[in-house]
Amino acid sequence: MPEKMYAIVVGAGKVGWNLGRELIEKGHEVTLIEKDQDRYQTVEQELEHNVQYGDASELWVLERAGISRADMVIAVTGDDEDNMLICQVAKEKYLVERIIARVNNPRNREWFDLLGVRPHVSATDLILRLIEHEVPDYGLIHLLDLPEERLEIIEMLLADDSPVAGEKVGDLNLPEGSLLISVLRDGRGFVPGPDTVLEAGDEILAVLDPGVEEDLKRFFGSDGTEPETSQVGKV
Amino acid sequence: MFIVVVGAGRVGSSLSRAMLADGHEVSCLDEDPESHARLDTGLERSWEDSGGQFTVGTGLEVDALRAAGIERADAFVAATDGDNTNIIISQIAKRKFDVPMVVARILDPLRASWYEEQGLHTICPTRIAIDMLEAEVRQAAEKLSSGALTGRGNGGGGEPEA
Repeated sequence: MPEKMYAIVVGAGKVGWNLGRELIEKGHEVTLIEKDQDRYQTVEQELEHNVQYGDASELWVLERAGISRADMVIAVTGDDEDNMLICQVAKEKYLVERIIARVNNPRNREWFDLLGVRPHVSATDLILRLIEHEVPDYGLIHLLDLPEERLEIIEMLLADDSPVAGEKVGDLNLPEGSLLISVLRDGRGFVPGPDTVLEAGDEILAVLDPGVEEDLKRFFGSDGTEPETSQVGKV
Repeated sequence: MFIVVVGAGRVGSSLSRAMLADGHEVSCLDEDPESHARLDTGLERSWEDSGGQFTVGTGLEVDALRAAGIERADAFVAATDGDNTNIIISQIAKRKFDVPMVVARILDPLRASWYEEQGLHTICPTRIAIDMLEAEVRQAAEKLSSGALTGRGNGGGGEPEA
């Protein structure tokens, strides 16, 4: 990310307004675009020239906001079709390097992926993931998905009957494309060495190539009946 | 052939009735149950009794699309009142369901022409209206300058008055 970038934020609702303010405070150049006249006037009182009135799915509105020199377009309106369209156009017509889209209805996630609008963020999914994290008896949790970089970081709880409980890390024959990066035990995290002995109840963090999850689940003895984690909210 | 039409507004419902009258199989999808009444308009029997299908739902709901029969559709028409909706759902019809013929109604000429360049078949009523109005006015201007039409005598692009 350039030190000072130019970001166009579409939708000056709660998310867009706060996001715009934060980015400005961090020293970035920001244009917020809002299509509702009343809302525009409210936000304009605070953010002044950083807000423009218009429907960003009209190409001339994006052009007026200077999309051709934008480093990033963030579409956070309350309408998934608008967010998809704006990001698709930003990426494919104006060749904006970075886009971020808000997913309002998690069921539409499939369409964001289908149209190549990534990464996308869904508040519902983020909260669901937190719930999974809080629930003690879970399987494998995605902490971070970087589909472009083909990298995932996951967290897993070692069950009482895990075949690796009592094993030394150095003796583990981990599935190819995976690496153990941290162990959480009794509320404390540490980087395991070859002599570290894994215990039931440990939470392990691993970095892996996409597609290795199932192998890893089998390896650490999760029977896969826990709540299925989703490939979601690729932040 | 089997046609799925999303949006039973003025455009969608007229098109659906015309296609049904031509002997095609037509399935309409609209989020507003009341829009069904528009399909019945001018038919002797109800839309269903005349052979049509109607599903309540939106073009973004995969279950609604399946219920409307998209998986066996030969043609897909996106005719809702939202340009962005039409653009997104017609891409879904093409990319996810491989519908052989897909066409989207897009009112905004700029969006319509860019998506047309990207390979999406679009119909832009606004563009059609602009072209027709331009032609009409040009024709009047030509008539005026050739003397076939009497102007107000204040120039208006024609020859200055002698």
